Amino acid sequence: MSGYDRAITMFSPDGHLFQVEYAQEAVKKGSTAVGVRGNNVVVLGVEKKAVAKLQEDRTVRKICQLDDHVLMAFAGLTADARVLIKQARVECQSHKLTVEDPVTLEYITRYVASLKQRYTQSNGRRPFGISCLITGFDNDKTPRLYQTDPSGTYHEWKANAIGRNAKTVREFLEKNYTPENVATEEQTVKLAIKALLEVVQSGGKNLEVAIMREDSKLSMLEVSEIEKVVAVVEKEKEEEAATKKKESKSEAK
Amino acid sequence: PPLADICGFQTPKPGGLVSSLDHDNEEYCGNFSANSTISLPPFANPGTNLGRVLKDESGNDIPMNFDHGTTTLGFKYQGGVLLAVDSRATGGMYIGSGSVKKIIEINRYLLGTMAGGAADCTYWERVLSKQCRLYELRNRERISVAAASKILSNIAYNYKGMGLSMGVMVAGYDKRGPGLYYVDSDGERTPGNCFSVGSGSIYAYGVLDAGYRHDLTDEEAYDLGRRAIYHATFRDAASGGIVRVYHMKPTGFEVISEQDCKELHYMYAAEKQ
Repeated sequence: MSGYDRAITMFSPDGHLFQVEYAQEAVKKGSTAVGVRGNNVVVLGVEKKAVAKLQEDRTVRKICQLDDHVLMAFAGLTADARVLIKQARVECQSHKLTVEDPVTLEYITRYVASLKQRYTQSNGRRPFGISCLITGFDNDKTPRLYQTDPSGTYHEWKANAIGRNAKTVREFLEKNYTPENVATEEQTVKLAIKALLEVVQSGGKNLEVAIMREDSKLSMLEVSEIEKVVAVVEKEKEEEAATKKKESKSEAK
Repeated sequence: PPLADICGFQTPKPGGLVSSLDHDNEEYCGNFSANSTISLPPFANPGTNLGRVLKDESGNDIPMNFDHGTTTLGFKYQGGVLLAVDSRATGGMYIGSGSVKKIIEINRYLLGTMAGGAADCTYWERVLSKQCRLYELRNRERISVAAASKILSNIAYNYKGMGLSMGVMVAGYDKRGPGLYYVDSDGERTPGNCFSVGSGSIYAYGVLDAGYRHDLTDEEAYDLGRRAIYHATFRDAASGGIVRVYHMKPTGFEVISEQDCKELHYMYAAEKQ
């Protein structure tokens, strides 16, 4: 088996593409990103890696704008992401030029996924070591969230997480995502932050949150706004813990 | 020198499983496999020099005229888009055909007209049909009129200056409603409410502009388009034959009428009494 996983991406005897699987491992080492599709907003949240003392804070941006109405967050190798983002941005404009319409989320996701797949079947190249969460609004004002992975597959999601501890975050979302919970912008943001807080050390300073609304207005939340929501979430958690204690005490009696 | 060299015969490539018919196709009919990129004539400025390259037995130039000998028109109104065309094909003063179909059905929601070089229009509008269908399959929705007309105009621009002759209207119905674009071989692409293209367009415009309103009823629109083409066939030598009227509705296109212009002449004359 070991002879098949070097250099070019080739099949192993039992049908694995090890290079692609190793790329997925690289993704699992990246910092967590979460995406939630609400009723009339889409929210992307990422864990900000702690920066060295002398490093300027804002040089690492993990949430990128591909077009007026398309946002992307990624987990994995930042340098690989740069290449994909550059090509996706060009494709968004190219499409606008030839078709006279902005890209649909599905189209641009398909483009990014095809690009990734091409690199799993080319000589002398390795797959991209990133998973992407691509989100935004289609021309008909429908919110969408897509996820792509290094193999080049893509799926649409209501909410998803990628990167370190993605499984934990996804399980939290599976338990707590309901259409009622994402009816308003406020609730959707709260759900996204709450999901991230499951795996990120608390503090608004460690989170970066972007919201995109129906009218394609993008806004990055200020640290103070994030901290406000974090405070609310923590208070709720404490109250929950307190009531649980009371119940167990009364049961014990 | 061997006979093979004199004849210009090339030994077939070794290991070639390609039959001689396929080989000829590859060499001389590249269009079958790559129909969106056709080979160019092997000299500079094909647009101007094509005629000069062709000389007859006495060494005289064969003039190749690409006048847009035709009349086509199209206009948007409350009921959708109306297209009306004549059906005469001329080569100089010779009438090649009196029953050419100058409206090309790209798909149920897209029509293209023909003016200029018949081969150029037909060929590239068929390539356009192929691209429109591929778009539908890839994106699971019908292509917009804007995008379809842009594909055609980008093709025309690609060959700009190389001798293509097309003056085409792309009409259709999409999410944005009725669409009408004028596209030509200079690379021009203009959206609009009312166009007429061809040598007889000057006559058609007169009648069209006099009677056009956005709130025409369907019957009034058919009559206006038909009359405008008829008047062009009357005065323009290069227009004639059958007057075809098509209506592009939200549900797709419908053929409204196909009447000989002679028949219309006597009909309109009788009305005057």
